[in-house]
Amino acid sequence: MSVASADVPIQGGRRRGVWRGRIFVGLLLLSMAVGFIALGTLFFDVLSRGLAYVDPVLLTNPPSSDPDIAGARPAILATLYLGILLILFTVPIGVGTAIYLEEYADRNRWYNRLLELNIQNLAAVPSIVYGILGLAFLVRGLGLGRVLLAGALILTLLVLPTVIIAAREAIRAVPGSIREGAYALGATQWQVISRQVLPNAIPGIATGSILALARAIGETAPLILIGALTFISFNPTVMGPFTALPVQIYNWTKLPDPKFKALAAAAIIVLLIMVLLLNAAAIWLRNRYQKRW
Amino acid sequence: MTIIESPVQVAQQQTRELPPPEKREIVFDVSALTVSYGENPALKNVSLDVYKNFVTAFIGPSGCGKSTFIRCFNRMNDLIPSAVVEGTILYRGNDLYGPDVDAVEVRRRIGMVFQKPNPFPKSIYDNVAFGPRVLGMTDDLDGRVERALHQAALWDEVKDRLKDGALGLSGGQQQRLCIARCLAVEPDVLLMDEPASALDPISTTRIEDLMHDLKREYTIVIVTHNMQQAARIADMTAFFSVQVEDGRRSGVLVEYDATPTIFTKPADKRTEDYVTGRFG
Repeated sequence: MSVASADVPIQGGRRRGVWRGRIFVGLLLLSMAVGFIALGTLFFDVLSRGLAYVDPVLLTNPPSSDPDIAGARPAILATLYLGILLILFTVPIGVGTAIYLEEYADRNRWYNRLLELNIQNLAAVPSIVYGILGLAFLVRGLGLGRVLLAGALILTLLVLPTVIIAAREAIRAVPGSIREGAYALGATQWQVISRQVLPNAIPGIATGSILALARAIGETAPLILIGALTFISFNPTVMGPFTALPVQIYNWTKLPDPKFKALAAAAIIVLLIMVLLLNAAAIWLRNRYQKRW
Repeated sequence: MTIIESPVQVAQQQTRELPPPEKREIVFDVSALTVSYGENPALKNVSLDVYKNFVTAFIGPSGCGKSTFIRCFNRMNDLIPSAVVEGTILYRGNDLYGPDVDAVEVRRRIGMVFQKPNPFPKSIYDNVAFGPRVLGMTDDLDGRVERALHQAALWDEVKDRLKDGALGLSGGQQQRLCIARCLAVEPDVLLMDEPASALDPISTTRIEDLMHDLKREYTIVIVTHNMQQAARIADMTAFFSVQVEDGRRSGVLVEYDATPTIFTKPADKRTEDYVTGRFG
């Protein structure tokens, strides 16, 4: 141990370093403030305009040309249906793909590398492009028509790369020592995956899936493109025409009557609450089942 | 107060008698085994026999291929795509790497304990029951779990909390749990890859005592960095070293003999340098 610096006073040394540190922290706070203020402004603006309109009429009535009795029930229901179908479609396909890529795929094969590259790129494709694909392939090509199922399938394609990437991360986070331990006892590859790897990866997979769902139910562009109709006064069905909450909001904001703009704000609050609940569920899951190895 | 003894002194104090060579039963017959990762040979041209109910230790410096070697016995190297195994290992006369051999069947008979305790993030009971469950040995599962925990000298410490998570156990208990987990599927051979290197001295002693008891029923192969440990517990010891050829490092078997011979009358200068602490 060196004692050479023992006679240097411990108070007040290295001023410049201290200031650098403070400036750095200041910059960090500033960058955080940008996001926080923007979000806060949006939130309070929407709340002040729309809160008075969040009432049973909004939740239970169908849309109407009279803003006093107009509601968003079909849109809210359709968004719920879309969410349920989305989870049913994305989780099995996404987890299946992730298992294949992590546990079975030989990375030396060109097609596996291509597949991987493809998935990463697909995650960055703008949602409107998926809308065009949906219109051309699902609605017209397969002749599904402008139905809720087509919307759910398009949203599935949209968030699938995100779910796959999240599921792969979760599967990769299961330590190799756990796999080795199971193999060493005479477990088959399928037993190792189904009894050790997957159960330990479920919290991560669930978190990623819920965040993807939260993103998807806010999507508007691809749904408009495949023709999510705007004026639906009846409850949606899987194989019938539909609208969705973001589409309803978009349409109300276009109407000249200021009361419709307030209704749009109220519908935004409903959508925000749905998204916040989903995010809260994701955070809860993550904390509840977080693994410490 | 414990006086730290050299491996040679430890070996000199051992009084155990080995059965003469003609009475030994061969479990593994390794000949001309070479293991490569891609282009690089990790282990070159190893031949030796492992005997039934013996504790056989592999010692040697880091990078000498001893862990690679032990992983050949239960085909764990199959899990590394670039690993190539040449030569033969006969297990009770059957070629372990023969064309119709199922690696899963091999691992069921030849269990393995790893360097770092790796209990599953499940209950103590479910850890021990995992092997029997995947192999369909579910008759009297409770009894099987209890026997395995007894054999691993862990039963008394955990019998009241079998449903508790295994990750709450101490490091030494976790390692004994991993041993119990192996024993629950009634293997023939127990492979141990530095099983005590992550443990404190008291836990290490317990594991060593355990190996002493277990060798009555099982054949044990152990890789260890701790030469005193090899001198204390092993009947036979194989010394591996690193050989540099064309700028490539690979492991070679230098000498394989009864443990007291390796530590007190080694035939090779390299073995002598290593066991007396004069190595590099």
